[in-house]
Amino acid sequence: MTDVLIAVALFLVAATATAAVLNREPLRQALVLSFLGLALTLLFTFVQAPDVALSQLAVGSAVTPLMIVLTVGKVRRGSTSREHSIDDDDDDGGEGDVGDAGDAGEEAR
Amino acid sequence: MTRQSRLWFFLAAATVVAVLLVAAFLALPHFGGGFHPYGDRSVRAALAHRTANAVAAVNFDQRALDTLGEETILFAAVLGAVVLLRQIPGERQEAPRPAQVPAAVRRLGVLLLPVALLVGMYVVAHGQVTPGGGFQGGIVVATALHLLYVAVDYRALERIRPLALYEVGDVAGEAAYIVTGIAAMLAGSAFLANVLPWGTLGTLTSGGTVVVLNAAVGMEVACGVVVLLAMFLDQAVRIEESPGNSAATQGRTGK
Repeated sequence: MTDVLIAVALFLVAATATAAVLNREPLRQALVLSFLGLALTLLFTFVQAPDVALSQLAVGSAVTPLMIVLTVGKVRRGSTSREHSIDDDDDDGGEGDVGDAGDAGEEAR
Repeated sequence: MTRQSRLWFFLAAATVVAVLLVAAFLALPHFGGGFHPYGDRSVRAALAHRTANAVAAVNFDQRALDTLGEETILFAAVLGAVVLLRQIPGERQEAPRPAQVPAAVRRLGVLLLPVALLVGMYVVAHGQVTPGGGFQGGIVVATALHLLYVAVDYRALERIRPLALYEVGDVAGEAAYIVTGIAAMLAGSAFLANVLPWGTLGTLTSGGTVVVLNAAVGMEVACGVVVLLAMFLDQAVRIEESPGNSAATQGRTGK
């Protein structure tokens, strides 16, 4: 029974980690990363390492994705105000900014 | 280096790593077996010092110096973020605007905040008895506070987050760890040795210095993560480029 659970968790980790690498959109990547954190938490729980599972849950599925989301928001806001040389008044970074994702990715490379 | 030669270089390196990994894994003891030379020794050492959570005994007693290193890594990372993400010339602070949050989200946040805080403090306090400890609980406490940002808005979070106090807490946690280590030396033992009375196995006061070091790490991690996230949040919410000044962003990104 435990072996099945470990196998399922391992598969989930491999799937979410691959998805995080293949995803090129930073915001979506942050979301996938938090799912990877959750899958790793399950894996650590099943191999009886609750201490590590707790840290993984807090850091991997909450703090790291939050820091990525905040950074992406800031970078996009900075790049739009520089390109259009206007002081943008909307900072909620909604759907309208998705088109800039590729640009931000290009700049980072 | 062209794209193709880079690919070949990667494939060659990956093959070497794969061969080494497989060779190493083949020599490991079998998965789920009963042979745990290190585990047996560390559990015996943990029980000898009346620490029910063997992981906490490894972290704060048998390998306390390693944990000092880890704590210092986080401390240095937070310090680096504070320096890098500060407000620089050409940037100005904007007052965060109140946010419209659906009533259901707001109610759920207000309900969850005390529960999450309590869970975090429980995990810190019981580090020597049950799984968890200062690091895990500290992060839970820090993220629990940010429920206010999700459920209400940034102004509400700022009201319960006097940043200077958390910076002091960060330093105090780091300092308390080192002071505890030095105190053990003054008591006539080695740096970070477990010199306090060990108490009764399974109680909150058991484990000697494990309790003190665990609390120090909890304080450092909770305050450090709050400061770290505050730096990122300030950049995302408060700090704006001054109009007609693109030098600020260029200076920061190094373009």
